[in-house]
Amino acid sequence: MSDALLVLADGSVFPGQSVGAQGTADGEVVFNTSMTGYQEMLTDPSYAGQLLTLTYPLIGNYGMDERVEESSRIQPAGLIVREAAVAPSHIRSHRTLRDYLAERGVVAIEGVDTRAVTRRIRQHGVMPGTITTAETVEEALARLRKLADYDGVNWVETVTTDRVFDWSIPPGEGRYRVALLDGGVKRNILRSLESRRCSVRVFPAETPAEDLLRMHPDGIVLSPGPGDPRQLDGMAGEVGKLIGKVPVLGICLGHQLAARALGAGTFKLPFGHRGGNHPVQDTLTGHVTITAQNHGYAVDPDHLDPAAYVSHINLNDQTVEGIALKTEPLMTIQYHSEACPGPLDNAYIFDRFVEMIATVRGGVSA
Amino acid sequence: MKPASVLIIGSGPIIIGQAAEFDYAGTQACKAMREEGVRSILVNSNPATIMTDLDVADAVYVEPLTVAVLERIIARERPEGLLPTLGGQTGLNLAVELAKAGILEKYNVRLLGTPLEAIRRAEDRELFRDMLAKLGEPVLESEICVTLDECVAAAEKIGLPVVVRPAYTLGGTGGGMAFTMEQLRTVAAGGLAASPITQVLVEKNLLGWKEVEYEVMRDGGGNCITICNMENFDPMGVHTGDSIVVAPSQTLSDKDYQMLRSAALRIIDELGIEGGCNVQFSLAPRKDVRDWQGDPNEPLPYHVIEVNPRVSRSSALASKATGYPIARVAAKIACGKRLHEISNAVTRKTTAAFEPALDYCVVKIPRWPFDKFALGDRTLGTQMKATGEVMAIDRSFEAALNKAVRSLEVGGRSLLWEKPEWRTGAPLPLHATDERLWALMAALRQGAETMDLAHQTNGVDPWFIERLRNIVAMEKRLLTEPLLPDLLRAAKRHGFSDEMVGQLADRLPEQIRAQRHEWGIRPVYKMVDTCAAEFDAATPYFYSTYETENEATPESGAGAVVIGSGPIRIGQGIEFDYASVHAAWALQTAGLRSIMVNSNPETVSTDFDTSDRLYFEPLDEESIRDIIENEGGDGDELPASIVQFGGQTAINLAGPLRRAGLPIIGSSAESIDTAEDRRLFERFLQGLGIPQPPGAAIMDIEEAMKTAQAIGYPVLVRPSYVLGGRAMEIVQNATELVTFVAAAAEAAQGKPILIDKFLEGSEVEVDAICDGETVLIPGIMEHIERAGVHSGDSMAVYPPVHLDADERQTIVDYTRRIVLGLGAIGLTNIQYVVLPRKEGEPARVFVLEVNPRASRTVPFLSKVTGVPMVQLAVSAMLGRKLKDQGYPDGAWPERNLVAVKAPVFSMSKLTGVDTYLGPEMKSTGEVMGIDRTFEAAVAKALIAADMALKPNAAILLSISDRTKTDALPLIRLLSEAGYRLYATEGTSTMIEALGLEVTSVTKRLSGSHPNVVDVIMEGTVQGVINTSENRYTGSLRDGFHIRRAAAEKRIPCFTSIDTARAAIQALANPSEYEVETLREYVG
Repeated sequence: MSDALLVLADGSVFPGQSVGAQGTADGEVVFNTSMTGYQEMLTDPSYAGQLLTLTYPLIGNYGMDERVEESSRIQPAGLIVREAAVAPSHIRSHRTLRDYLAERGVVAIEGVDTRAVTRRIRQHGVMPGTITTAETVEEALARLRKLADYDGVNWVETVTTDRVFDWSIPPGEGRYRVALLDGGVKRNILRSLESRRCSVRVFPAETPAEDLLRMHPDGIVLSPGPGDPRQLDGMAGEVGKLIGKVPVLGICLGHQLAARALGAGTFKLPFGHRGGNHPVQDTLTGHVTITAQNHGYAVDPDHLDPAAYVSHINLNDQTVEGIALKTEPLMTIQYHSEACPGPLDNAYIFDRFVEMIATVRGGVSA
Repeated sequence: MKPASVLIIGSGPIIIGQAAEFDYAGTQACKAMREEGVRSILVNSNPATIMTDLDVADAVYVEPLTVAVLERIIARERPEGLLPTLGGQTGLNLAVELAKAGILEKYNVRLLGTPLEAIRRAEDRELFRDMLAKLGEPVLESEICVTLDECVAAAEKIGLPVVVRPAYTLGGTGGGMAFTMEQLRTVAAGGLAASPITQVLVEKNLLGWKEVEYEVMRDGGGNCITICNMENFDPMGVHTGDSIVVAPSQTLSDKDYQMLRSAALRIIDELGIEGGCNVQFSLAPRKDVRDWQGDPNEPLPYHVIEVNPRVSRSSALASKATGYPIARVAAKIACGKRLHEISNAVTRKTTAAFEPALDYCVVKIPRWPFDKFALGDRTLGTQMKATGEVMAIDRSFEAALNKAVRSLEVGGRSLLWEKPEWRTGAPLPLHATDERLWALMAALRQGAETMDLAHQTNGVDPWFIERLRNIVAMEKRLLTEPLLPDLLRAAKRHGFSDEMVGQLADRLPEQIRAQRHEWGIRPVYKMVDTCAAEFDAATPYFYSTYETENEATPESGAGAVVIGSGPIRIGQGIEFDYASVHAAWALQTAGLRSIMVNSNPETVSTDFDTSDRLYFEPLDEESIRDIIENEGGDGDELPASIVQFGGQTAINLAGPLRRAGLPIIGSSAESIDTAEDRRLFERFLQGLGIPQPPGAAIMDIEEAMKTAQAIGYPVLVRPSYVLGGRAMEIVQNATELVTFVAAAAEAAQGKPILIDKFLEGSEVEVDAICDGETVLIPGIMEHIERAGVHSGDSMAVYPPVHLDADERQTIVDYTRRIVLGLGAIGLTNIQYVVLPRKEGEPARVFVLEVNPRASRTVPFLSKVTGVPMVQLAVSAMLGRKLKDQGYPDGAWPERNLVAVKAPVFSMSKLTGVDTYLGPEMKSTGEVMGIDRTFEAAVAKALIAADMALKPNAAILLSISDRTKTDALPLIRLLSEAGYRLYATEGTSTMIEALGLEVTSVTKRLSGSHPNVVDVIMEGTVQGVINTSENRYTGSLRDGFHIRRAAAEKRIPCFTSIDTARAAIQALANPSEYEVETLREYVG
């Protein structure tokens, strides 16, 4: 019995059953290969404007726990799974995935051959799609043809904070003052800085550099976020004004913006990197770590400022995973050192950032 | 860094806890060495392995795995490196001993991969605890105690509840759990008394906690990755080898998953592992399942239970579950490569430095031997009891579980099976036994509540129980609703077989199949690609599922399906995997695509690069037919099947495949029938004028009595069409006959029971290859035990030592005529009994059994004769003539060597099972002793099987009246060889009468000590010779207790005078044995 459809722009149709809210949800269809962490993914702002396909077939097994949310709402436009658990089991679970989606009005579909969807995207690249409980295939396809191009939308402005706020430790009480430019931050970045005794002030994405610098931050974090960095030349310009002034850590979108500010280009990957198993190599030490990733664009290092170098590469496709400046305190990573979901192997990046701040402040490492 | 040559130590015979997974690991390692340009030198005493094939390693030694032998090999070969982590605990222990003995240093052999220090820190209790403490990892608290006061103090320190485990007791007897201090005093006192060294371990009780494993790897550069995590269906308390296991974990959140993953990586980094490693954790369960101290809002408490610094059963499972070849990568790491320098053999684009992503659910179920050992203790605990395992893959847990159950091949038992008494109100066994899964299903059908079951099972997670409930709900729908396309499709998506659907919806399986096809409900096949489809993978490794997209599209070129042998069980062991693998390779050699089907994750056959295509599927009619139809695509050309190599599992599919009109290559289903159907076979032999013991196929007890009366006792009773001599008995009188015909009837499942005159002579076994015109007999094997001991449990010697030319000629002649007469194409195994005769009389040879398939002896015989038997059999099936390949019609010239195959048992692990050898097979594995003389070969086989008596040992004899005459020369021999004799009362009287010195030992129930069991348990005697009057009088008799004590104490126990005589003769003349490569022996 099918009461919901997943329709892709190339005309392929996957019938399934509706879970969550009734209605129609459009978005760029992407897939993530992580086997755990569905709630973290669902609340990751970088999925704004996308329909998230989870390749692991049994989703919702351990229920839902608001304490692991990475933002205050479900971020992807819709969810595509093989099976959404009816009877989850976990000591910390408060509700089922199905209820969680329904309560938050998010459209989702189960019963889909998600591997077939994934293979389609792998072969033909990410594409627009819709999950609908209301439309016929023809109606859905007609509407998909008129849908705004995902790459042409500034998704950051849909997820960034609308006001400046302080996270947890008030300024002055932490060891260091960190300004965070919010393109769609995940809470564990804030928690990771907090656990290193940084007081963090979060700024909206469009905040000019001089406003950030006015608080005299010890360091600046450029957050991850959704969408094509080419839509964010204004932000990149402001980021350029920050580099070299204070220690900067750029994560994911933040990395792309810093790279653009340093002359590099960005391009769209055919189907992105989304999962918790990507090997990244440190180009200086040769060391390999497994990383959590969620990005659809990558840095083209061709025109990168000669003062910068590629510090990390992805071993699967050799794309740029991090850059650094040879003499100035800048480090950026394409992957997610904050994990959530994903391996915790790269939390050391936050330690390095704090060390970088300490070094700049005169080698005083408290 | 890279060594020029490497010695790889195999794991020896298949025993419970050490099965085919190490053949898989060793074979992969040898291949990896070849890729790296490293010369590999392999030693293993187990001839039934692929790794001991002449062309897998560069030098192959089939020799006993002892320090002395290994030193001689090292001295001969001078390997630069030793790779110790691929041969299980056996290989690891030997490497440690070689290092300790200074042999590695003496010959300048480098230990490759994980350093010895890391192995020590992982295996030594104290060092392990220190290491965990250093890392701040929570260790399972425990204390060794030798007094009651110490026990109380330990329990206070650790906190109740605790488990008390006595040291060195039989089957863990004497221990227990304590929830109060009062209980502790009782349990600890009992435990201290039970321990021969008055020592117990008081350990924190984690009963009901989740058990989770991580398979992890680290390279010499400190790069660490996780291959797979696995969650046990059975909570803590059941050995992981006896647990149902799912991969990946199902009830762990990302926080839980990453917490344990990080801990595992910290541990292997601290240890400095270079290769694969397994880390086992216990994780706190839901508080409503089992309460524990602590805040559930904090990260969940866990303990590190165990670290195995080597490849293991779990790593084989993880390799098959993910597609990531752990042993191959571990071998390359040992050669100095870094993870990112090793190519990913699956994607061929990426490297080994990544973590597999699964887009399916994997279920493993152990295969226990209780179908053979009805009297065995079925309780599962810390001692593993399973002989093998099955794995199934699907896109839902329900479907994977159902397929795994189908793969078990336990009497056609699906998840619908219930013990008859469960329906009449008998309590359901919800504690840990091999039947728990079915008991849970029965409980759910009876309306049990999830949380009640979680408690009654001591902590099976409600998630699993709810999933079982989904299956029960589907059963109810099939019972009550009309069978419409949506329902049938939903049932298939839950993994219900056509047979189950038919049973519930009241149709025949064939009707369900036809209905499915009419409605277009067919399985599709998806790839196991390590990356959840993120990359375009090249691996031809598939599983079935009911989804939309099929990835296993038909390929051009003719192919054939090799039906594998399923889980390792007693009677169907690794030998059949050996044959299946060679069949796949032979097809490739002949230019055909080989399509392998198997359900066993431990094996070489389920390595994705063994065949052109691998289907990881149950070996039943439905699944094989689906695969054949899938391979055929829309065309009319369906690939033929080969049923000859996968043991009884595969041969049993010949009939169903023929009825379905599907082609079989090799012996036709008709000739298989002729060999297996008693009446047809009798008529066939009569036609040829070849004698067999008189007998008949019967259906009931009345017929049985008449037949036995007519042919005279003793008679042999056995069901037709079963493997490993299941329910086969030698019956001496009518009373026994009644008992055993009933047992055989149950095992026969409606098929006839065979009753034959039991002829006591020497048993001889032959494997023959036929192309339809000529018959090649690579070798004749003679059993050391007289007829009556199952051929799989007999010691066999090649070439025969007691047969004269007449007898050999008769055997060759009979074999040719039988094989040609049957029209058997490929391999046939024939067992004969040769009776003693007077001089001048013609040879007295009788046919016992004909099996038109590859037998257990194929790998042994292939290795010792140098004849590639499976390869020849396959090419014969494909129409190539033996003579065109240079092979004679008749006997193959005997090699200048003697090879002895000896069975190996796992009896110390199976409490309650009688070790007496009879017509029903009991051994789990085999070893080979090969040398230039009979004595040396027997001695080596005994050493390898751990059955060698030490010089001047004390031996307990208990000889039945029936065998006393036969035993006389043996007793003299023992005495002359300097053994000290102990004997039970009757036997000691006989020995005294011979004028020999003997210590008489009193009966077990005599009330005085030391009795027969005491002298074994206290170590007074180091060997036992015990022949039984009649084993069916059961556990009340001393014989049973003597044999059990010997098994528990792990000392040699001979239950046949013949074996004992051969052993004593061989060991009495400790002629120097050779150490040579297989190639040197065979010449």
